Amino acid sequence: MSQAPAMSRISARFARFLDSDFFFSYRNSPVAIVASFLTVTLILAALFAPVLTPQNPFNPAELNLMDGLTHPMQAGLGSNRVFWLGADEQGRDVFSALLYGSRVSLFVGFASTIFSAFLGVTLGVLAGYFGGRTDALIMRVTDVQLSFPAILVALLVFGVARGVIPPEFQERVALWVMVVALGLANWAQYARTVRASTLVERQKDYVSAARIIGRSPAPIMAKHVLPNVAGPVFVIATINLALAILEEATLSFLGAGLPVTQPSLGTLIRFGQQQLFSGEWWILVFPALMLITLALSINLLGDWLRDALDPKIK
Amino acid sequence: MLSYVVRSLLQGIAVMLVVAALAFSMFRFVGDPVVNMVGQEASQQDRQELTERLGLNDPIPTQFLRFVTNAAQGDFGISFRQQRKVSDVMLERLPATIELALLSAIFATVVGTVLGVYTAMRRDGVLSNALMSLSLVGVSLPTFLIGIGLIYLFAVVLGWLPTFGRGSPVKIGWWSTGLTTWDGLKRLILPTLTLGLFQLTLIMRLVRSQMLEIMSTDYVRFARARGIPEKTIRYRHALKNALVPVITIAGLQLGSVIAFAIVTETVFQWPGLGALFVNAVQFADVPVMAAYLIFVAFVFVVVNLLVDLAYVALDPRIALGAPRGGEAR
Repeated sequence: MSQAPAMSRISARFARFLDSDFFFSYRNSPVAIVASFLTVTLILAALFAPVLTPQNPFNPAELNLMDGLTHPMQAGLGSNRVFWLGADEQGRDVFSALLYGSRVSLFVGFASTIFSAFLGVTLGVLAGYFGGRTDALIMRVTDVQLSFPAILVALLVFGVARGVIPPEFQERVALWVMVVALGLANWAQYARTVRASTLVERQKDYVSAARIIGRSPAPIMAKHVLPNVAGPVFVIATINLALAILEEATLSFLGAGLPVTQPSLGTLIRFGQQQLFSGEWWILVFPALMLITLALSINLLGDWLRDALDPKIK
Repeated sequence: MLSYVVRSLLQGIAVMLVVAALAFSMFRFVGDPVVNMVGQEASQQDRQELTERLGLNDPIPTQFLRFVTNAAQGDFGISFRQQRKVSDVMLERLPATIELALLSAIFATVVGTVLGVYTAMRRDGVLSNALMSLSLVGVSLPTFLIGIGLIYLFAVVLGWLPTFGRGSPVKIGWWSTGLTTWDGLKRLILPTLTLGLFQLTLIMRLVRSQMLEIMSTDYVRFARARGIPEKTIRYRHALKNALVPVITIAGLQLGSVIAFAIVTETVFQWPGLGALFVNAVQFADVPVMAAYLIFVAFVFVVVNLLVDLAYVALDPRIALGAPRGGEAR
């Protein structure tokens, strides 16, 4: 019985969404439509990689050395199967490696973005709400962090992790080391933005009211201030996701990233480069194209989101 | 004026101390320096001797003070991996990085300014539009892919240029240079292009927007009314003012140059500091990492100081405590 009103409420909400400025701006931006379509497709392809691919490229038992260096769209000598995007020198299907690789890239991208957003938002709200010395200290650190390139910070964190974690565990925690390294490299921008909007919110009457009725700072920050400063965070996070994916690829390309056993797109490009001089271009070109498409479509989506949510541009 | 300079200087020193503390804690607490130096097999007595000799039994503040004093004199200890003095290793690598960074900075500034002026003057030209779209692509492509693309085009497909290393650089005192031989210059081309490309696109877009803005100001209109030739207006009056923010932005962009140098040097196996750092990271060679961190911070602080001073020279109101920016016309 209670389902019907709930349904109609949801459909009313949906109708309101379809009628909103936000959706209107989406419908009228071909770039946003193409970018979101590509992003969703690539994320789904990465999620369902085991179903969509003909082999698990990192299970040695499924590889056939006779398939090695098969050209794109040709049948392998060992398995007689057509390799759409060719195979590398171990007979690994490039298409399968691509989907599994983008899985790792996307995971690291999402996880590190969430981590850095959490860190940055927390520090930003604290700095903005308390002001004074807390603010000065946090903002100083933010300034220093922002002037250092993210790659450098991430490399340092990675190097320290290399020194601290015993060698036998390193491969197992490599993924999380990357997440932490990239998270620590990218939090500063959130902190700066959130601090600025917290400074504005703090002056408003609802915060004073909450303070007067005796709420302590922690719930005021979490329940009252945070929802009002969270808007821009999503925009930064979207653009940061693209950035984090590229940074992860760069680190893995430098050999300071994910190990051979769980390669990301960057690791695949690193392998591909070693084959480039002997003319096996497909091992390099397809992962590179995948990386560019992924980063570019997320980036365009973020740009559109910024324009659509920014009331000043409207 | 003086107080402004002193304040900038003090800030720089504070940043250096914070970075030094970071480097010191890495050096002291990441892994065991003693094990790293003598290896696992050394006897207990050897270890204790080394611990004592390195002063690792002293109180932490004493150790930090010694670290800072040594670092200020360029002594960063011994590389775990190469078993040589870090300062020697770094000094050996320094010329390669400086030559690469300087050349690419010159390339980016000159070409970027020329293209920026061109795209501003021919706003609706086909070539201008093509250049603007290309610059967008240049910004969004990761450096290592640009490097690989250049290698593929110029080395694999065309076979024109060598792709890795400096060849055999010529020694001049302790400095080694690739600028004096034809081979050395050829090897510099691709890394310079790769490293300079990002800066180039940035400078080009900046010069373009500055020129467009300045060409519509009153003083340019007034100069036109006085009958000054268009060329003189463009290059003597407008360009000069357009370049002011370019210099400061280019200086502040140094951070990204260093980051891209790490990547570029690895792609081209260029024997510079960036490649050394990546190697150190892979093998957790902490003294080299710490030294590189301090080196980068030092370069940053010096450049920031120079940029601050340049600001004062260009806009004296800053030193007087007036708000930055405002109408400069």
